[in-house]
This record gives sequence, structure tokens and C-alpha cells, in this order.
Amino acid sequence: MPVYYLEIIVVALGLLMLMIDAFVKLKDKRAIAWIGMLGLGAVFLLLFRVEWPESTDGSFWQFYKAGDQLSLYFKGIAVLTTLIVLIMAADYSPIIVAQTADPEPGAHRQAGLGEFFALPMFTCAGLMWMASANNLVSIFVSLETVTISFYILVAYLRRNVGSIEAGVKYLILGALSTGFLVYGFAWLFGITGSMDLGEIATALAAPDVNATAALFSFALILVAIAFKIGAVPFHFWIPDVYQGAPTPITAFLSVGSKAAGFIVFLRLVGPFLGSPALVGKVTLVLGVLAGLTIIVGNFSALPQKNFKRLLAYSSIAHAGFLLLALASAPIVARENALGPATVIAFYLGAYLLMTLLAFLVMSTIRQRVVSEELDAYRGLFKTSPFLAVTLLIAMASLAGVPLTAGFWGKFFVLKLAVEQEQWLLLVIGIVGAAAGFYYYLKIAVSMFFESAPTTTEGDTAFPVAVLTRIAMIALTVLIFAVGIYPNLILGLLQ
Amino acid sequence: MSIIEIIVLLPLLAALAIALGAPARFLAFGSSVAVLVLSLYTAFKFRTNVEGLGALQFESSRPLINIDGMPDISLGFGLDGISLVLLLLSAIVMVAAIWVSPKESDIKGSARLYYLSLLLIGGGAIGAFCSTDLFFLYAFHELALIPTFLMIGLFGRGEDRVRVAWTITIYLSVGSLILLVGLLMAVVALGGSTFNIADLIALANNPDTSIPADQQGWIYLLLLVGFGILVSLFPFHSWAAPAYSQAPIPVAMLHAGVLKKFGVYGLIRIALPLAPAGAEKWLHLVLILLLGNIIYIGLVTIAQKRLDRMLGYSSVMHMGYIFLGIAAGNVLGLSGAVMLMFAHGISIALLFALAGNIRESFGTLEFNKLGGLAGKVPRLGLLFGFAAFASAGLPGFANFAAEINIFFGGFANMGDSLGWLQWATIIALWGVVISAVYMLRAYRSLFFGPEPTTLKGVRDLTWATRLPVLLLLITLMSVGFVPELLNQFIRPAIDGFFLVTAG
Repeated sequence: MPVYYLEIIVVALGLLMLMIDAFVKLKDKRAIAWIGMLGLGAVFLLLFRVEWPESTDGSFWQFYKAGDQLSLYFKGIAVLTTLIVLIMAADYSPIIVAQTADPEPGAHRQAGLGEFFALPMFTCAGLMWMASANNLVSIFVSLETVTISFYILVAYLRRNVGSIEAGVKYLILGALSTGFLVYGFAWLFGITGSMDLGEIATALAAPDVNATAALFSFALILVAIAFKIGAVPFHFWIPDVYQGAPTPITAFLSVGSKAAGFIVFLRLVGPFLGSPALVGKVTLVLGVLAGLTIIVGNFSALPQKNFKRLLAYSSIAHAGFLLLALASAPIVARENALGPATVIAFYLGAYLLMTLLAFLVMSTIRQRVVSEELDAYRGLFKTSPFLAVTLLIAMASLAGVPLTAGFWGKFFVLKLAVEQEQWLLLVIGIVGAAAGFYYYLKIAVSMFFESAPTTTEGDTAFPVAVLTRIAMIALTVLIFAVGIYPNLILGLLQ
Repeated sequence: MSIIEIIVLLPLLAALAIALGAPARFLAFGSSVAVLVLSLYTAFKFRTNVEGLGALQFESSRPLINIDGMPDISLGFGLDGISLVLLLLSAIVMVAAIWVSPKESDIKGSARLYYLSLLLIGGGAIGAFCSTDLFFLYAFHELALIPTFLMIGLFGRGEDRVRVAWTITIYLSVGSLILLVGLLMAVVALGGSTFNIADLIALANNPDTSIPADQQGWIYLLLLVGFGILVSLFPFHSWAAPAYSQAPIPVAMLHAGVLKKFGVYGLIRIALPLAPAGAEKWLHLVLILLLGNIIYIGLVTIAQKRLDRMLGYSSVMHMGYIFLGIAAGNVLGLSGAVMLMFAHGISIALLFALAGNIRESFGTLEFNKLGGLAGKVPRLGLLFGFAAFASAGLPGFANFAAEINIFFGGFANMGDSLGWLQWATIIALWGVVISAVYMLRAYRSLFFGPEPTTLKGVRDLTWATRLPVLLLLITLMSVGFVPELLNQFIRPAIDGFFLVTAG
């Protein structure tokens, strides 16, 4: 099956879910989510069986990058993330219903739930297209598909002021960054006369390229993408939006949106890094961005008392490490070797495992305790040892303890930085990683060493739905499996 | 599967089984005894006539990463004389530590977590000592990080155990990160083609591929600080004493006895052979720092008012001697250092085990609340006396055999006049007096003198605690009387080390 049918399947699945929601009388609308999960599971398996067209030039699919393992990998990340987000969303449905319920008589008691399950499918399709986009127009269109569905999802809890506020913030800043992106694209088109990334790369590598104009367009594009991936100083929306959005959507933003942002970043920065006239300045800017992001992300996470905000800053910090890999890009791009692209792809894969695991635990706890403060996790080890140990493993991996998936990400990034002799950034990275140990362990201290607040109802364990439990166990096993045998992921990238 | 792979995996698999619900104490103890038996078997089978640090025995290797642009990393194990000695140390202390652990019903909280953590700490140390691959040497050591954190925070003694758990974890992870950068720099400087330690050493000793001298200086400094933090080298020692005094007894035994040796092991195994010029460059700094350990920390130890803190500081102090042996850098000094790693590991574990017993019986470890115990608990008194003498370096114990080698090593390559090293050795000799002072003072104030009226009558050591203590003590004395037991393994390895670096 040609690879570009995958997105079509996902979109069709989303439409099907909407239709079912509209025309089939369901007792429990979570069935829609289950259909979505089944469908995404099938798509994930299909990823291993697709065929690549020789070339897409001149065909209808010319916006689609051909023969690229990396894009397939990122499609996998998108599908897997959406699958787990749906599992989370099904668990989360009572809260959605409570915050969106319509007092109108005669309405379904779960009215408004169906769209919450269907919209992520369209986001997923957008993320998958982003992975394969090879031209400025397709990058823009897929990026907007993703962003617009996120605008709705973030503001989904319409009876909740925090969610609405987050939605508006995201919308305004997102629209602004889109403006920067389009303006940057316009300049890039003006300089190179092409929309195709391959041709742009050739044009930029030419000796007579207009460096000033090219750098200007780079700066504009950088602002827009830095917003998407949450790089400092374009990160201000992240903590607020993460905190306000429904937890499954926060997880989706934090993993899916970030992964897609990075693949677009890789594709767009590639031509600039390949240009001898520009590479020095571009690397310098990326290095500054990486250093700032690591410092601000890690140090702002230190005093956080809200777990969601803490994870928001941690996601900024991880973006910093990913930028560090990019800033350590060798001047001659190495395609198959362990270059920045592979390192970033690996890091994001590991990041998916540990971040989604943390969010799964968080959304499970949120169902009974109406709080995401760290206090809500006090004494968790006594009441729900399973959840506490699972979360501890996620935190250890995020902090980068060896033999977990997260360590390899940091290891590869540091190795790149050492090879490229980025000493200053290396020092910053070490300081940041050390700070990370502090705030990731803070949650472990709450869970293990403090006693549960007496106000909660009894000492009973938190209920964990079957699917959620399976997802948690699978992610935990994968964290260790990748931690011991990283070829599990690296093999997918060869 | 090679026997070393079994030895390394056994504690980890047992930990996994405990996590899944197997009987904790039974499995932990069973697996650690099995590890000890297997380690003794390897020691018995170990051929001592093979020369060379690179001459590993019982080698096995499973490639884990092989992709372009990245040197192969493999799960490789093997033993030379040095790692064999440390394997034996780990196995013995692990058995003793699990043996003296409280029964499942006496543990407040999750007994499964307790034993699982002990297995991970011990298993991590064993894995690190047996690894032939730089990456896994590092990774196995880190395996102990989170379990130590949980053990001190959950089962520790004392009010501020959470703060202490936090401090040790952050401190050690910073050390590990610095170490990681140092290791990566060394690997990249050597061409970035391999993580295999023996291959790296071979590259470093080939004049064509060795690291340029100025780079060696930086790399050695990073490794010294990284490993130094892990060994509590002065002035990076402040995590150690509070952590050991607040940790549960088995953790203190394993950490002070075994895990801490990883830092010095790394210096001998990696930093010295890969960056010999760097070692030379920073020799003076190392000498000053190690005197800080021996003299300054020695005096701090004398000032302690509680047995557990005193033991914590004394373990920091003794690391100075090991560094002195490394600084001497000759056959005598290095083999003394390895021997002392073993001897100190056993003796500090022994002391902590006895201290735990005193605390359990009398509820306190403060010197001025205890006294005259010799009449009440004569067996404990006798054993503690032996342990204290061993730690102070009396002849007849392994510690003496080791320290004497180190001191001779300091003078072995002396020129016409006294150099830095000789002066440092002369000053360090005073450390022996210091440790005699604090050990004897502790012994006197605990077991002799007037008996405070607050003490209740208690039982002496039971067989259940006597056996693990005897195991440690007999080990110390047999090595003390017959140093050849270990020297036969250490000497060829050290000789080979010089063979390689000279050629």
C-alpha cells in the first residue's frame, strides 16, 4: 500500500467517528474512542508494511517527501501518541462531561464527548503530513491543520475558565507565530524562487546567495518554529496552556506537537545548515537558543508546585537539549550516521515513552483528586504503589538515569556536543541536567517520603482502568527495553 | 552464558522477581549467597599466571548498539585481578548486608522495596566492576542511585533523612554527569571508535593515537572530579558522612563498603591508563586533596560525638590512603590501593553492622549516653574491638597489609631527596595515629567506663547477627595473615598494567 494512504485512512477514521457520534445512538460514547484506538492500532501496524513510491515528482503527491525513513518514524510517533491520548481521553471523559454538560433537557448525558475523541484524529493526520512535507506550502497547510485542531481541543472545557483562557492564549500567540512563518516563507521564496525544500537547499548553497536576506528569512522562520517547540524566549505560553488544557490534550501538545515541530525544524534548518555562507551564523543562533532554553526551562521548573506546570517546564528543558543536538550539527550533514537528525528522532521517541507515562498517571489521579498540585501526590506510594512506582520510573527516565530510555537521549546529545567541541553549551547542559534531578525527584519525595493528606477519602488505591494499566505497563517495559537495548529505536531509523 | 553474566544478572533478576511478588528476604538472601559461591568459584578457577591488565578472563560480549557514526557498545563482562578482588568484596558484603537486614515483618513499610533496593545497589556495583565496556561500567554504577535515594528516605534513621537522601542523590548525579562528559571526551579524543576499555587502553598507549597532553590534562581533571565526588575525595566529601549515618545499616554497609570503591576503581582502570600525562600534571593537586582527606577529615572524625557519624567520616578519611597509593603510581602503591579497597570495604561494613546492632539494642549511638557495654554484651564488645583494630590498621588484619604497601610505595621510586610524594606520605603516616585515636576513644567510651543508668538490660549478639559479622571478620583476618590470598590476583594485574603503559 502506498504510504500516502495512511493519512487518508486516519482522516476517514476521524470522519467515521464523527458520523457515529451524530447518527448512532450510543449508550456510552466512549465506544467512539475505542473505535479510534482500534483504527490507530491498525494504522500503526500498517506503518511497517507500506511501500514507497520511487519519486513523487510531477504526480499529485508531489508535496509528499518520498523514500524517507525518518518521516515514517515520525508518523509512528504521531500515531502512537494519539492512541495513548485516546486511552487517556476515555478515562478523562467524566471530567469532560462535567465541564461541558448542557443543561438542556433531552440531551445525551455525554453530549459533546464524541468530538473530543474525533478531533485528535485530525490532529494526528496533520502531524503525519508534517512528517512528510517537503515543500513550504505543504509544511504550512499541515502545520495549520494541527494547530487549528489544537485550538479547539485546548479550549474544550467550556465551563472551565482556565481552559478557555488557555485556548485564547494559544490562539493569539499561535496566530502571531503563523504570521511570522508565512512572512519568513515569503522571503525564502523571494530569495530562492522555489517552494520545494530540495531546490531551496541548492539555491542557498550557491556561493552568490544573498546572505542578509536569507538570514532574515531564517530569523522569521525560527521565531515561528521556536514558538511551536517552546524554545526560550518564545516559551511563555507553554506553562499556562499546559496547565489550562485538559490533561490528555496537554500530553498531546507536549509530545505530538513537539515532535512534529522538530521534524519541520529539521527540514527547514537543513538547507540553511547546508549553506557554507550561512552555517556559522545559523549555528551560533541555534546555540544561543539552546543554551537559553536549557537554562530557563530547568531553572523555572525548580520552584514549581503544580505537577502540570512542572512537566511544562520540563518539556521546555527537553526542547533545549534537542536544540543542543541541532546546534552541534556537523557542517557536513551526515545522512545515515548518528547525526543530529537521528539523535533528535531518538530523543523524541524516548521522550514520548516517559512523558506519556507521566501523563497517564497524572490523568488517573486527576479523576479522583481535583488537583494537579504536587501535594495531591503525597503518600501515593502507600495508597497506590503501582502508580507511584510507575511515575517514579517515568521521572527517573526524564531525569536521565542510565538504563532507562531517557538516558540514551541525553547521552547522544552530549556526545554530539563533545564531538563538535561545544564546551560552553556542554557546561550549560550539565548544569541543566543536574537541576533536572532535583525537580524530578521532588515528586518522588512527595510520593514516597511524605504521608498522605488525611482529607482524602480513605486509604484506598486509585482505580486504574484496564486499558490504562496495559498502556502504563507497556510504556514502562519499553522505557527499560530501550534503555538497555537502544537499537529498538535506532533500528527504526536506519 | 558466561559465569560472569550469571553473577551480574542474578541479583537483578532476583530484584525483578521480588518486584513481581516473590518472597523477598528468601530470594534476596538466596541470590546473594549464590553470587558469593559463584564468585568464589571464579576466584578458584582464575589463572594467576596470565599477565597484563588487558588480559581478561571469563570474557563475554554481546553487541548492543552498532550503527554508523557510533562506536559499538556491547554488554561485555570479564575479570582481571583487580576486578576479581572487587567482585569478591561486593559478594561478601552483599551477603552480610542482606543477612543483617531486619526480617520482613520488622520492616516498617514495603519489605519488597527494601530487599529489591539492596539487590539493585549490590548488583549495580557487581555489574560495574565486571564490565569491560565503558558505557556499562558507568551505567551499572548508576543503577544504585534511585534505590539508595528511596532506602535513605523511606527506611533511614533520623529526622532529616529526606534532606540527606536528596543531597546524596543530587551530589552523586552531578558527579556522574561530570564523569560522563569526561568519559565521552576521552572516547572522542581516542578516535571515537570504541567503548571497549581494553581497546581504549591499547589506543591510549600507542603513541600515534594517544591523547595530546594538554587534552589529557582536561580529561583527567574531569575524571578526577567525577570519580572524586563518587569516592568522597576532599573537598567533595560532604555528602558521605550524613548519608551513611542516616542510611539503613545494610545500605551504609553496601555504599561505604562497596559502591564508593567504584570511584577509585575507575581512576585506576580508566583515568590512569587513558590519561597518564594528565595524572602527572595534577599529581600535586591530588596529593593536597588526599592529605585533606587523611588529616583534615581525620581530625573531624575525632570530633564526632556519635558512632555512626564517626564511622561515616572515618570511611571518608580512609579514601585518602587509597588515593595515596594511586598517586604513588608504582606496583607497590597500586597493589596496596587495591588491597585497601578490599580491606576497607570489609572492615567498614563490619563496623556498620556492629553499630547497627548497638543502636538496635540500646536505642542510641551517642558516646556520652553509652558506656560500660563490655560487661553487658561481651561478645559484641570483643567483635567490635577486632573491627576497630582492623580499621586502625593493626597488623594481622588486611588493612595493615594494604596500608604498609601504600606507605612503602610512596618511597619506592624516591630520588636523591624527598619529593612531594614522600612528604605527603610522611604526613599521611600521622593519619594512622589519628585513626588509632578515634577508634580507641570510641571503643573506650562505648565498652568501658561508667555505665549510664539510663541503659536497660539487653541481649548480646544472637547467632543470626553473629554469623554475618564473623564472615566479615574471618575474611579480614585471613587476608591479613595471608595477603597472598588476594595478592596473587592483584600483582599480575598491576604488573601487566605497567607492562602495557611502559610499552
